[in-house]
Amino acid sequence: MLSFLGNSDCFRTFAPLINFYIMNLYETVFILTPVLSDDQAKEAVQKVEKEIKSLGGKVQHTENWGLRKLAYPIQKKSTGFYFLVEFSAPGTLVADFELMMKRDERVLRFLTVKMDDHHTAYSEKRKVRLGYKKAEA
Amino acid sequence: MSNDIRYLTPINIDIKREKYCRFKKSGIKFIDYKDADYLLKLVNEQGKILPRRLTGTSAKYQNKVSQAIKRARHLALMPYVGDLLK
Repeated sequence: MLSFLGNSDCFRTFAPLINFYIMNLYETVFILTPVLSDDQAKEAVQKVEKEIKSLGGKVQHTENWGLRKLAYPIQKKSTGFYFLVEFSAPGTLVADFELMMKRDERVLRFLTVKMDDHHTAYSEKRKVRLGYKKAEA
Repeated sequence: MSNDIRYLTPINIDIKREKYCRFKKSGIKFIDYKDADYLLKLVNEQGKILPRRLTGTSAKYQNKVSQAIKRARHLALMPYVGDLLK
């Protein structure tokens, strides 16, 4: 039995399978080009959410920060629509998701971060503070 | 005529103040990269990350601070190079 566990070949074959079932929490912030109209921006966000769902993730929370000034120009644009998506997903999703973001021309910049325990606790508090969620009794 | 200001007692220039880690003291566990206003405190007016020897942050949290600032820069919430940020 121990020899079975210690077998690294065995682990290597099953690691992706195990990984698939462990759901992690991720947070993505992305910037859309300011040339889009509000409806087009909404559509782009819906596409991102749909993509997460189709890859086996689950969207927990979405935030719209609106049109914000960038600290420095990106692709010669000085403003952008900021969005934040929180989702739970298996680790295998992230690479595919980021590839899709990279291919999307409407996205100026994006950042996906895996949320650890402290991050999760902070984000819950933040949601309450910003009024997205009611405080738990 | 000299323009020197003279003091009766020599002023104590280096008052030694005990440095402390602000994150340990106030119990902040996670440093948010989305909160650019807060991160501005940990940066000089050119947008450079302040060293530990000035802020007194512990090594553990300095790592997190630098990570958060770099993330904020990537998302254009903070500038890579700035002037007169404060």
